[in-house]
Amino acid sequence: MTGSPPALPQPPLLPRLIGIGSWAIFLALLFTSIHFTNFSLQTLAQGIPDFFAFFGKMWPLDWRALPEIGQPLLETLQIAYLGTLFGAILAIPLIFLGSRNTTVNPLVMWGVRGCLTLVRSIPDLLYAAICVGIFSFGPLPGVMAIVIFTASVLAKLGSETVEAIDPGPLEALQAVGAGRIHQIIYGVVPQVAATMASYVLYIFEINVRASTVLGFVGAGGIGQLLRTYLSFFDYRSTAVLLLIVFGVVLLIDAVSSYARSKLI
Amino acid sequence: MIRIDGVEVIYPNGYQALKGISLEIPKGQFVVIVGLSGAGKSTLIRTINNLVVPCKGEVWVGGRSITRARGAELRKMRAGIGMIFQTYNLVKRTTVLRNVLSGRLGSANPVGSLLGIFSKSDLLIAHACLQRVGIPEKAYVRADALSGGQQQRVGIARALAQQPQVMLADEPVASLDPPTANAVMSDLKRITREDGITTLVNLHFIDMARNYADRIIGMRAGEVVFDGTPDAATDQVFTEIYGRSLDKQKDLLGQTN
Repeated sequence: MTGSPPALPQPPLLPRLIGIGSWAIFLALLFTSIHFTNFSLQTLAQGIPDFFAFFGKMWPLDWRALPEIGQPLLETLQIAYLGTLFGAILAIPLIFLGSRNTTVNPLVMWGVRGCLTLVRSIPDLLYAAICVGIFSFGPLPGVMAIVIFTASVLAKLGSETVEAIDPGPLEALQAVGAGRIHQIIYGVVPQVAATMASYVLYIFEINVRASTVLGFVGAGGIGQLLRTYLSFFDYRSTAVLLLIVFGVVLLIDAVSSYARSKLI
Repeated sequence: MIRIDGVEVIYPNGYQALKGISLEIPKGQFVVIVGLSGAGKSTLIRTINNLVVPCKGEVWVGGRSITRARGAELRKMRAGIGMIFQTYNLVKRTTVLRNVLSGRLGSANPVGSLLGIFSKSDLLIAHACLQRVGIPEKAYVRADALSGGQQQRVGIARALAQQPQVMLADEPVASLDPPTANAVMSDLKRITREDGITTLVNLHFIDMARNYADRIIGMRAGEVVFDGTPDAATDQVFTEIYGRSLDKQKDLLGQTN
C-alpha cells in the first residue's frame, strides 16, 4: 500500500496574485477618492430640503417663456443634424484608412488611429469653446464641435465594424481582379452599412443632448437661453425650457431607437 | 496553359506550405488535387491567381508570369481566372445578381461599376451565367436566403461571369450534403468542359476525385506524391497520399489506426 495520498494539483499562483492585487487597487482608489472629494452621505442627506426648495422655486411654471424657446430649440436640432451629417461624411475615409483590412498601408492606419485617439481625448464642450474663440459666437462653432466629435467617434466604431467583417467576399473580389475601391464598395460596404447607419442614428441622439448645452460656452442653440434664465435666477422659465427639451429629446430618442431596431 | 515552376511557400509563422512544386497543366484539363488538410492544396491553388505569393519559383498562366505581375496587369490576369470557395464567399446581405455582377469588376467600366451601374452586356452575361447554373429565378433574391447548394451555384456563376480561361475551386463541395455535392460537381465539370476552361479542384472525397477528374494530383506535406490518371490512382496510392490505410469501416466510425 502506498503511504501518502496523491497531491492535489495546485491552481497557478499568478492568476491568484492578480486577483488579490485588483481588489487592493479597487479599494485603495475608492477610499482615496472619498477622502479627497469630501464625499459624505451626511452632507448629501442635509441637502435634501434644499433639493425640494429648489424645485419649489420652479413653481408655478412661467409659460410666457414658451414662444422664446421655439427658435433656439430649432437651432439646437439643426446644429445636431448638420454636425452629425458632416461628421459622418468626414468619417467615411477615416474608417477605411484606419481599418487593418482596408487601409493603404500600416503607417497610414496607425497615423489615422493615433490622431483620432488624440482628438477623442478632448471633450466636445471644450472643442465648442475653442471654436467660439476662432469663429466667434453663434451656431457655427457648435456645428464644428459636433462634427469633430461625430467624426472621431464614428471612425473608431466604424473601423472596429470593418475589421470584424467576413473576409471571404474580400478575397473573392481580389480573385476577380477588382481594384481596392471596388473591393471596399462591393465587399465591405454591404456588410457594414446597416450597422453604420444604426451608429449614426445613435450618435445623432447623443448629439441632440450635447448640443443643448453648447450654448453655455456661446456656441449657439438653446443652451444660451438656459444660461440667461439661470443667471437671472428665473427658475420658473428654466423649468419650462427643461420640460420642453426633455420632451423633444425623448421623442427623438424614441423615433431613432425604433429606426435602429428596424435596421439590424 | 498553367506552368508551376519550382514554387515554394513559407508562411510568416515559418510554416513551409509548399516545398518546390513543379507542374504543367494543359488547356482544358480537369485536375483534381487530393490530400489531407494542411497538405498545401489551398496554398497551391492560390499561387495560381497570386493570392498567395511564392517566396521562390514562378507561376505562368497563358504564357505570362502572374507571380511577377503587379497592379493593373495583375488585376487583368486575375480577371481571366475564376475562383470558387468552400464557404462560397458571397456578400450575403445583397442580391444574387449583384454578387454575380461582381464577377465583372475586373473588366467592367471602373467608374460605372463604382456607382453600381453595369452595361447591358454585363447584365446579359450575369443573367446568362445564372441560367447556366440553373437558378435564373433567384437573380433578385438576397444571397443569404438561398440554400448551401444554391449559394455555391451563385459562386460558380460569379466565376463564370468573368468568362475565365482558368477555374480554381478550393474545396467547392466540402460544406454540402453528398447528393448536392455531386450535383454541383457535375455542373462544374459540364460547364467548364463546354467552355474549354482549364480547371483545378481541391477535393476531400476520393470517390468524387475518381469520378470527375481527368487527372489526379496527390499532395502530402507540401509535396506532390502522386500525379496520374484516375485509373492509376488505386487504393494503394490513396493510402500513400493520406499516410494511412483506407479502412471504410473505421473511417465511418471516425477512428484512427
